[in-house]
Amino acid sequence: MEAGIVSYGAYVPRYRITPEEIGRVWGVDGVAMGQGLNVHRKSVPAPDEDTITISTEALRIALVRGGINPQEIGALYVGSESHPYAVKPTATVVAQAIGATPNLTAADFEFACKAGTAAIQSCLGLVASGMIKYGVAIGSDTSQGAPGDALEYSASAGGAAFVIGRDRVIAYIRHTLSYTTDTPDFWRREGQRYPSHGGRFTGEPAYFRHVTECARAMFDRAGTEPKDYAHVVFHQPNGKFPQRVGKQLGFTDAQMRYGLVTPYIGNTYSGAALIGLANVLDVAQPGQRVLVVGYGSGAGSDAFDLETTDELARFDHSYGLPVQEFLDNGVELPYAVYAKFRGKINMAEE
Amino acid sequence: MREVAILGVGMTRFGELWDRSFREIGIEAGLQALVDAKLSSADLGALYLGNMASGSLISQEHIAPLILDYAGLSGRHLAAVRVEAGSASGAVALHQGYLAVASGAHDFVVVGGAEKLTDVPEAEADRVVGGTADHEWEAVFGATLPGLWAMIARRHMHDFGTTREQLASVPVHDHAMGSKNPNAHYRNLLTVEGVMKATPVAEPLGMLDCAPYSDGAAAVVLGPLDRARKFTDTPVQISASQLACDVMAVHHRREITTLDSTVVAAKRAFAQAHRLPRDVNVAEIFDAYSISALVAMEDLGFVAKGEAGPEFAEGHLAPGAGKLAVNTSGGMKAQGRPFGAVGVAQAVELVRQLRGEAKERQQAGARVALAHDVGGTGATSVVHIFERVN
Amino acid sequence: MSIARFWRESPRRYNLGGSQCAVCSTVYFPPRSVCPSCANHRRSIGKMEPFTLSGDGEVVTFSVIHDAAEGFEMQVPYVLAIVKTTEGPMLTGQVVDVAPGDVAIGLKVRATFRKLREEGRAGVIHYGYKFAPMDEWHSGPRRTRDPEPSPVPPESARA
Repeated sequence: MEAGIVSYGAYVPRYRITPEEIGRVWGVDGVAMGQGLNVHRKSVPAPDEDTITISTEALRIALVRGGINPQEIGALYVGSESHPYAVKPTATVVAQAIGATPNLTAADFEFACKAGTAAIQSCLGLVASGMIKYGVAIGSDTSQGAPGDALEYSASAGGAAFVIGRDRVIAYIRHTLSYTTDTPDFWRREGQRYPSHGGRFTGEPAYFRHVTECARAMFDRAGTEPKDYAHVVFHQPNGKFPQRVGKQLGFTDAQMRYGLVTPYIGNTYSGAALIGLANVLDVAQPGQRVLVVGYGSGAGSDAFDLETTDELARFDHSYGLPVQEFLDNGVELPYAVYAKFRGKINMAEE
Repeated sequence: MREVAILGVGMTRFGELWDRSFREIGIEAGLQALVDAKLSSADLGALYLGNMASGSLISQEHIAPLILDYAGLSGRHLAAVRVEAGSASGAVALHQGYLAVASGAHDFVVVGGAEKLTDVPEAEADRVVGGTADHEWEAVFGATLPGLWAMIARRHMHDFGTTREQLASVPVHDHAMGSKNPNAHYRNLLTVEGVMKATPVAEPLGMLDCAPYSDGAAAVVLGPLDRARKFTDTPVQISASQLACDVMAVHHRREITTLDSTVVAAKRAFAQAHRLPRDVNVAEIFDAYSISALVAMEDLGFVAKGEAGPEFAEGHLAPGAGKLAVNTSGGMKAQGRPFGAVGVAQAVELVRQLRGEAKERQQAGARVALAHDVGGTGATSVVHIFERVN
Repeated sequence: MSIARFWRESPRRYNLGGSQCAVCSTVYFPPRSVCPSCANHRRSIGKMEPFTLSGDGEVVTFSVIHDAAEGFEMQVPYVLAIVKTTEGPMLTGQVVDVAPGDVAIGLKVRATFRKLREEGRAGVIHYGYKFAPMDEWHSGPRRTRDPEPSPVPPESARA
């Protein structure tokens, strides 16, 4: 496929909370919990941030970096499990906010944590077929775990935007494929505020089976093996699963290093694998191969076999912040302020 | 244009008048003024009623004929009109009444101002009052009226070295005056420390830097000066009535810390009255926020730009302390702030000063008085000069 | 506020779309149909061209709001500022992602896209510009990294 990533941008809200602080409220050893999950801080959106604003910030960075004329964007898809509206697209607000309207197609994607990678696949098809010049795929979330639930220690906020095109490509998508089954490991019913999950059922039959099968299918399709990749990015609901699945597949810590961001910002759901990929592109050299394997509960995995180009060396990263800044910095909140920011406090009826 | 005089004045107590309705207070002030003027309602030509937001605050529009009706004057079929200019509604009503008499369109008119703030929750009142700034480009982004004035205060402190203590001395002055005014909403004394420690509203302004929401009404009767002696021994001439407007939003102003509308209205008023700022003995100035009083002193020409802080802090503006006494009523901070009534109430206080009837708060020998009212954050300014006639 | 009333301003609130007078080149935000700067106002009628602001600017003055406007209660305390944009126009907006004590006159800011307020839990959500400190948002290329690995969780954390 002669198409791939032309530009990208990532955005993570400024605020953080530690597992220790969350555990303090529930009488749990939060430090141990954080170590068990390999999540040491998670990002928290400000009260005025949501999937729409995070998506817009990430995409604005991508457009400036790539010098993209928003009017040349033919498709804009936002993948998220925390779209601010149940009915009314995130994508239309984002498209308007970047000046891409009205001559484009836009839609919201939902597939738990892999809606963003699914959006990349859709854009790739439209671009490769010549239907559009640029397609934008965004994975972005402000996910919530129920107070006190294990998910509360990891569910965080952030997103990344990728512009898919055929000119000035910084990373070609050589292959992409998916592995999809009906597996109810994690869900949120209409009208429910917090998701439910199957506990340990989210592990072997869900995350590990799908990621592993999908990655192996990609090795077969692309004729590659783990050592061919300079970097690998997995979906990362916590910091532990991706490390384990990487080892099972035969990847080293060095290959996994830049793709793993959840230990520092938490699980950004639809943003997680894509922020990991953004971090990889921040440091990758031309001519390197990158494997991305996303995962979404419900369940499915999308794999991408990428190859960076000489264009990457000329790519201007200077606008916005590199992912590393988001991993290293942030303002830690006490639980009470976190609860206020996340709307967990009941206010007077309006 | 003929000369215009104020023949009678009246006002209700200002405050939280829980047991009194809008129409009751409006009528009380108007009838007081008519009695004070010894004028028969048969002589009246029109009513100009200043009111900021009756529709939002009491769900009643079309209030001018309503007040006439319940004042028992419906049978006279007078002209009655509501005047709205945000918080300057009362002063603009006075300007309209002045023009009507000066032009000869009417001989005798009542100018009233009335507002009922306490029939809605405070948050609703905040929203209504915020609408006197630029709703689309200020309020929508979280700006409140105190917040906009606080930004003026911040810049004033930055540019001129105005201190928090100097700001706090404005409400201290106002409450000292209000303590001597039986109509005042607040009659307690304040200290600079107390003002500075009050709950923050919009930094650097706290709760005690901001005038309260009050209910109240005020009225004056106007007529031609050459017929004034028939009604009163102490007519007060309106020697200037000037209205000037400017941009709606603070961010569009030529200077954040200057109200050009006030500067221009004052210049025009002093020219009309053939007076200078130093001729003024007593003034009611726009003190809805501590900063607004400082800016008013400067923009009216009483002191140079940036020099109003020390004037208040050093106590030069109390009656007897200097040539100019300011806000002897207690101003909006202590006398109270029923928005549309304020501009008319300023005239009531100044007429009492010029008649020598202000008792404990009298500025001795007051002959020239100035009233200054502002709509919103300065999109409208009104300046009146009143003089005692011998 | 009615839906239409907010919606029709979204090009301005989302994208800082202003106008420029083709006669005297002065830039305005929000857009104007007549130029207040031209001595002969009528010459500017029909000659006001669309002009989009960059969103970069600096704080001219500010306040920390504690007594919130309706619909902003969850955001207190929030910083309200007047910002002078690099293109000239001044505008009012919140400054976010900064401790109130760190805001000062002269602070360099960039426009960001945030929720302004919600019409209750069931109503429409209004979005628009706010400002955030410029910090290193516009800093130079960052292709080079220190050769040492970024902090990797300790071995004990990977159990």
